Amino acid sequence: MPQYTLNIDGAKRVVNARADEPLLYTLTDTLKMKGPKFGCGVAQCGTCTVLVDGAPVRACVTPVSSLGKKPIRTLDGLEKNGKPHPVQVAFVEEQAAQCGYCANGWIMHSVALLEKNPKAGEAQIRKGLAGVQCRCGTHIAILRAVKRAGETMAKA
Amino acid sequence: MNDLTLTRREFLQAAGALVVQASGLLAMGDAAAQAAAPVIVGPHPSALDTWVRIAADGMVTVNSGKMDCGQGLDLAYAQIVADELDVALDRVQVTLGDTRLSPNQGGGSGSTGLRMGARPLRNAAAEARRLLVESAAARLSVAADALDVDNGRVFVKADPARGVTYAELVGGRNFAAPLKWNNAVGNGMDAVGQARPKDPSQYKIVGKGFKRKDIADKVMAREHYTAHIRPANLLHARAVRPAVAGAQPLAVDAASIAGIAGAKHFVKGGFVAVVAETEWDAIRASRALKVTWSDVQGPFAGGEDKVFDYIRAARPTAANAIPMFGGKKDFDPKPTLDALAASKKVVEADYECAFQSHARIAPSCGVADVRGDKAEIWADTQKPHFLRDGIAKFLGLQVANVQVKWMHGAGSYGRSDADEAPYEAALLSREFGRPVRMQWSREEGTAWDPKAPAGIISMKAGLDEAGNVTGWLFKAKGFNGWDVRFTGESPEHTLVGMLTGHRKWNAYNFNTPEESYRFPKHVHWWETVPPYLQEASPMRTAHLRAPQEMQTRFGQECFIDEVAAAAGMDPVAFRLKHLTDEREIAVVKAAAEKMGWQPRTARAGGGKLMTGRGIALHSGYQSYAAVACEVEVNKSTGRIWVKKVVIGHDCGMMVNPIGVRAALEGQIMQGISRALYEEVHFDDKRVTSVDWQTYRIASMDDMPAEVELVLINRPDKPIGGAGEPAIVCFPAAIANAVADATGVRIRRYPMVPERVKKLLA
Repeated sequence: MPQYTLNIDGAKRVVNARADEPLLYTLTDTLKMKGPKFGCGVAQCGTCTVLVDGAPVRACVTPVSSLGKKPIRTLDGLEKNGKPHPVQVAFVEEQAAQCGYCANGWIMHSVALLEKNPKAGEAQIRKGLAGVQCRCGTHIAILRAVKRAGETMAKA
Repeated sequence: MNDLTLTRREFLQAAGALVVQASGLLAMGDAAAQAAAPVIVGPHPSALDTWVRIAADGMVTVNSGKMDCGQGLDLAYAQIVADELDVALDRVQVTLGDTRLSPNQGGGSGSTGLRMGARPLRNAAAEARRLLVESAAARLSVAADALDVDNGRVFVKADPARGVTYAELVGGRNFAAPLKWNNAVGNGMDAVGQARPKDPSQYKIVGKGFKRKDIADKVMAREHYTAHIRPANLLHARAVRPAVAGAQPLAVDAASIAGIAGAKHFVKGGFVAVVAETEWDAIRASRALKVTWSDVQGPFAGGEDKVFDYIRAARPTAANAIPMFGGKKDFDPKPTLDALAASKKVVEADYECAFQSHARIAPSCGVADVRGDKAEIWADTQKPHFLRDGIAKFLGLQVANVQVKWMHGAGSYGRSDADEAPYEAALLSREFGRPVRMQWSREEGTAWDPKAPAGIISMKAGLDEAGNVTGWLFKAKGFNGWDVRFTGESPEHTLVGMLTGHRKWNAYNFNTPEESYRFPKHVHWWETVPPYLQEASPMRTAHLRAPQEMQTRFGQECFIDEVAAAAGMDPVAFRLKHLTDEREIAVVKAAAEKMGWQPRTARAGGGKLMTGRGIALHSGYQSYAAVACEVEVNKSTGRIWVKKVVIGHDCGMMVNPIGVRAALEGQIMQGISRALYEEVHFDDKRVTSVDWQTYRIASMDDMPAEVELVLINRPDKPIGGAGEPAIVCFPAAIANAVADATGVRIRRYPMVPERVKKLLA
């Protein structure tokens, strides 16, 4: 099996994987990470989302072999020096999770959106998150959380 | 029964032994009932220690046989227990759904989490407090009624400096005290001690809003979901399903996966699976495995286009006037039909409801470790104890040797696919002698999970010259709601069980509305039709959130509006004229007022973007909900946007208003989803809804611009379930609003844009 050196959350991780293995299984099965999760395997729900070069990518359809040295950010690595990311703080404050299984997708897409533009308005947030699915129907609390996170990040 | 009038208990203190020991067994005079009691495997409901324990550091742990799907049930339990025990909320931890720790309380079922599941915990906490106070009385040599409790410390009221903590009294040891169990297993399980729980007016923590703690773990990537359980020496498994429903595997070509090191296949009856050392190899093997399937026609004659014709033409398998539980009740439509025949005006309409899928955000996942005659299961099942019983039966093991640990999982809203993968993992673990993690694919989670049944609601009403209702007929005819039971208590209630020869049971239900409105000559009943495919069907049905209530209330609550229009009355005024229950009246009034409802009898809308408003009512689970909404309908695209939602809600005594709000917000979006989009697509041969494009759900785009929740708190009323009544209202409230906006009555849900566009053209 080929060996790959991935750049995950600022650390080099050496993994063995088949060339066609999607990143998701490397993260969850090999590296036992908990943020990205399997939801559909066909890039339709966002539950597996990671950021590659700062942009949301569906790990379930992104082969490990395609990543090279590109920086990969995950939910597992959002916390810095014991401090959660403002988006995580806002999700807790607004209680923006029911089962929470899909939270990874919403948070990672929000991080990508707000780090570029913390002043994103409601229309931009709705558009930016349109491809993420939540089955429990937590959208109302999620939108509140993303707005709150944007306010925090705009002040920082 | 005289078991509660006992002599005063004696208390014994002994270092290292029980701090509190009770004499005078509660069950003494009840030998007959004990003899008849069901056998309990695992912790016994008649032991106080089963429910509540106090650790050496004073931390209180309560064990419940229920589970949580993200509604914050553990938090609400902690609030109740903290109030009963007089301890701080953060001193209470709750374990859920672990068969080693809790008795079978029915799991997540029928909105019973609080209204029934909290009862034994509340009683146990009250009894624990009573025993602790008596123990303190003995230790401090004062009468029990001279004592009070604050923050886990019992103290002398007249001299608060004198006291003793719970930790000192019982910390780390057993209460060894009995409770009186009501002999019920499942949702109805209760146990009482001598203590009476507090009057709700005494509660300080119950009724206040608190935030869930599990959310931090979930958003910080710390939570263990079933998906994360990966024990050492694990095998990954995937199932292989036939392209045509009902096809049987005739031959499997082992060589087709020979190139994947370590991959093996498994066939038993109609069940085909692969296992491999890594998850990706298991997926590859499931795709590569060559299976020759039997050539079958495909069971779904005519597919989805003919589903309502099929229902209309089918001979009923059962008919009943009882909504769901409660036996058999006969009905006689004749007096109602006679009244209709004599009426000045007769209104009638049929309403159609499509099959819907549970379609959890992640499909079924289960991990099993079967070793010899023992099995350990990790699952996000809603009913861990029933899953334990079922897997024991499936593998031929003693129930006592099977343990199920409930884990957080993808949201589940009834009898979803959650029990399926754990059963399959157990079978494969026994076969291969290693722990097995079975993960269903998206396609399986949508196409092969249990479905909510399609049905047709036929309504008829008569009006006299003054516009008064003379008779009201309700008939629901649909697919059986119970192809598989709402628990996995036996293998025939699972796909793999049926595939390996456990034959489907024969039990039937659909549903009818409860009697909200008072009409003369009222008759209602349901009929079920035969399934397309008897065994192991991808269209087998089971409970989905508010089972068959959304269908039946869609008919009932749309028709109320239609009859109101025929009588020349405003829909809210018409409802209020016929309602008698003050709590139903109150939620309707609350929703209408908050909406700024202006009575009218003619439609409001016009133009390309038309707006209108509608309302619907539902009560059940000891709760009441009225949903009013404003919609915007785009004539050229058929898109319905629910712009504003108002809910009037009464769930009796509210334990945690933050939790109630979250439950209602979730129901708004899932309600919109089921009303506007969710529909299982299928052709003659197979279910063609296999992902989120072919099984569409609501997205961020569908969020209303405005939401108002009017929460009516009734501390004097029992705790009701807050997770079901509101969602039931959405298809009817939206269809009523669309009729108000466009003048066009949509009598089928989901109200997908393509069909709406056609109807408006």
